[in-house]
Amino acid sequence: MSKHRLIAAALLAATVAALVGVSTAGGARHATTISVMAVWTGAEQKSFEAVLAGFQKTNSGVKVKYTSGGDQMPTVLATAVQGGNPPDVAILAQPGLMKDFAKKGALKPLSFVTSTLKANFAPVWSQLGQVNGKQYGVIWKGANKSTVWYNVPAFKAAGVKPPANWPALIKAASTLKASGTNPYSIGGADGWTLTDLFENIYLRSAGPAKYDQLSTHKIKWTDPSVKTALKYMAQIIGNSGDIAGGTSGALQLDFPTSVSQVFASPSKAAMVFEGDFVAGVITSSTKAKPVSGFNVFGFPAIGKSGTVVVGGGDTAVMFKDNPATRALIKYLASPEAGTIWAKRGGFSSPNKKVPASAYPDPITRVTATALAKAPVFRFDMSDLQPASFGGTVGQGEFKIFQDFLKNPKNVNGIAASLESSAAKAYAKGK
Amino acid sequence: MTVGPPAREVPSSDEGGGWRSWGVTAIFLVPAAVFLIVWIVYPTVYTIIRSFFGRDGFNNFVGIDNFKAIFTTSVLTTAIKNNAIWLGVVPALVTAIGLIFAVLTERIRWSVAFKTAVFMPMAISLFATGVIWRLMDQKDPNKGTLNAVIGVVHDAFSPPGPLSNAAPSTPSIVGSPQTGLVLKTPIAPGKVVRLGLTAIPPEDVPSGAKQAVQPPPKPGEIDGVVWRDFKPGGGVPGKVEKGELALPNVTVNLRDSSGKTVQSATTDDKGDFAFKDVKGSGYKVAIGADTFRQPFAGVDWLGSQLITPSIIIAYIWVWAGFAMVVIAAGLAAIPRETLEAARTDGGSEWQVFRRVTVPLLAPVLSVVFITMLINVLKVFDIVLSVAPGSTQTDANVIALAMWRTSFGGVNDFGLGSAIAVFLFVLVIPVLALNVRRFRREV
Repeated sequence: MSKHRLIAAALLAATVAALVGVSTAGGARHATTISVMAVWTGAEQKSFEAVLAGFQKTNSGVKVKYTSGGDQMPTVLATAVQGGNPPDVAILAQPGLMKDFAKKGALKPLSFVTSTLKANFAPVWSQLGQVNGKQYGVIWKGANKSTVWYNVPAFKAAGVKPPANWPALIKAASTLKASGTNPYSIGGADGWTLTDLFENIYLRSAGPAKYDQLSTHKIKWTDPSVKTALKYMAQIIGNSGDIAGGTSGALQLDFPTSVSQVFASPSKAAMVFEGDFVAGVITSSTKAKPVSGFNVFGFPAIGKSGTVVVGGGDTAVMFKDNPATRALIKYLASPEAGTIWAKRGGFSSPNKKVPASAYPDPITRVTATALAKAPVFRFDMSDLQPASFGGTVGQGEFKIFQDFLKNPKNVNGIAASLESSAAKAYAKGK
Repeated sequence: MTVGPPAREVPSSDEGGGWRSWGVTAIFLVPAAVFLIVWIVYPTVYTIIRSFFGRDGFNNFVGIDNFKAIFTTSVLTTAIKNNAIWLGVVPALVTAIGLIFAVLTERIRWSVAFKTAVFMPMAISLFATGVIWRLMDQKDPNKGTLNAVIGVVHDAFSPPGPLSNAAPSTPSIVGSPQTGLVLKTPIAPGKVVRLGLTAIPPEDVPSGAKQAVQPPPKPGEIDGVVWRDFKPGGGVPGKVEKGELALPNVTVNLRDSSGKTVQSATTDDKGDFAFKDVKGSGYKVAIGADTFRQPFAGVDWLGSQLITPSIIIAYIWVWAGFAMVVIAAGLAAIPRETLEAARTDGGSEWQVFRRVTVPLLAPVLSVVFITMLINVLKVFDIVLSVAPGSTQTDANVIALAMWRTSFGGVNDFGLGSAIAVFLFVLVIPVLALNVRRFRREV
């Protein structure tokens, strides 16, 4: 017994000595290491590390260590927070996650960055980083999902110009059809392409206030505004002859093919609707060249909606408050940081001070500046809802909108089943 | 089971020897026991307990609500129904096909090559098989192998028309592409008709087509023009404009008031046609349905109606090889003399097969059948990989429902565990059957 205790005491002493030694050594040199976690891997990780390298150039005393959380980042992070060992700074892709952590008191407020945000971001972007009026996050990377991609030669052959509003879109579609090209390509095997389409229509036809209410289920899905939006949507998906492959073909079409078939030759359709990431699919899977082969226009306005954008964003948050983490947050809110990644491609900065010339091609320039300058921006609604309703293959919104594609006349029935599915998901609480 | 009796037979000279042998036994058993407990017993018990709690965890006891939900949620009842179809169809079919292949390969010269080809799919993972079949099942005949084959046959018997995409450009032309298009107003000689068509892709316009020209009226004749009524921007529908191309080689029919075709004409490179020596009035001008006949559109293999049969076909494609090899091995073990004796006694080949081969093979056939029963109850990955998202619910099976409920975004581990327990209960009788058979054989 006494022998064991002796050994334990010796071990303890050694550990303490080691710890003291390390901490005094660290204090003497003033070198701090901060850890940053985000989802990016591969090329995106390299780009983000280039951004961090830019930070270290001006803050030579700080070492930044990047870890990728991968696809399972919410789980990884939640575990780390529970275990009391979160990274110093994290960049979150899920808007709900920041709220959760802020409510648990795990995040440090970012009041020191307010003036920087005011100078560099449109108000809507600063507000996205707030919880109950307090700043907890800085939106670092944006995604624009209010874009329509079109086959330039097909538009030229039909003599059609990119439409700016809804009637022009419907007219362009009928002209394209008359020219012998299917107007739309719809990747209906993936339900999220359909929810994104609905969200864009709803934000325009019902307005941002209703959009916020519907996102939190404060109004029901049987609301007249939802039915109006569904009727607008039926003008696009309602005519099987307007869709490449017809309705049944669209239901089996996955998103990548729905893009590539528009820009392959021979082309199957003239337009495909989805976010700014479509550009990457086009360049990697077809030979179409930007501007001469493919181009983009903003989702057409409905009524007096003006320019509004639905999209996503990655938010930088701080779990530990010290001079080094503050400096990094400030740096991420600066145009210099955004410019570094913008130049490398595959990035849209919500920072309006990032110059348009920083983007490597004219198309990203259009989508990224539309994002940074949008007077109204809303997060993708299905991402804001309980996953069993807004984010699960084969059920909830994904499945019901596929049923809508199958039978676009059934507006009332679809609204009712959306409501019953949403009510169930919200009743379960998560 | 076999540990007990030998231990008693060991001559126990003294107490110490017994202890030593027990110690050795324990040392050898402990690793296996640890693995068993950590990876089988603990998860099983945990899952059973978890199935009585709601999605929020162990502070939310719900009794048997989760099990009730299995039979009341439509997504899950579809899964159970589909699994019943799988159970009813697949083990029997796989065994039957395996038996047929095994018996037939005994009689052909290239049996090894044939067996290798049939067995090959076993070497591919079920998930990859699913991906292959999903590609082959595509609806578009330009992509899906199955529909391409059917399309070749279909189009040989009813070739697609030259203008299969076309639609009338104005409401003055009625009918549909399926029945042919007819000009609404009756026509008398001395008039000119305009048959404008749209929705024709540029590559469908016959080569050699020139600018469309509306012919002048001629007495005693009905003249007209068929053209692609479209120019960039749309143009004015129903009017022959500059920049709009003629549609040559289109057959136009002249029908009398009873609907009988009295004359046919073909358009020239300016799109013009003429019916000469026409008397009387009340004629209608039409373009027959042949011109618009659609090419084969493809069978909707992955649609909600056919998805389960499509997956079952893919699954049988994989497992037929396994059944064949096992049954062929059993077949090789049947004494030749028995078969020869049966033949000598005057039995026909069918009688020999039915009365001698099959009864002697019965144990092997039941092995295949029971193995397939268990496999089919647990079927999962091939369903996930063949069915596109839009029909996954229609193709659902119990194991897939369990995964989707637990991990596919719903994250309801309570209900997921209940489904797992339900599946476990279903597998138990088959397992018991299998264990009993093993015992008998030992």
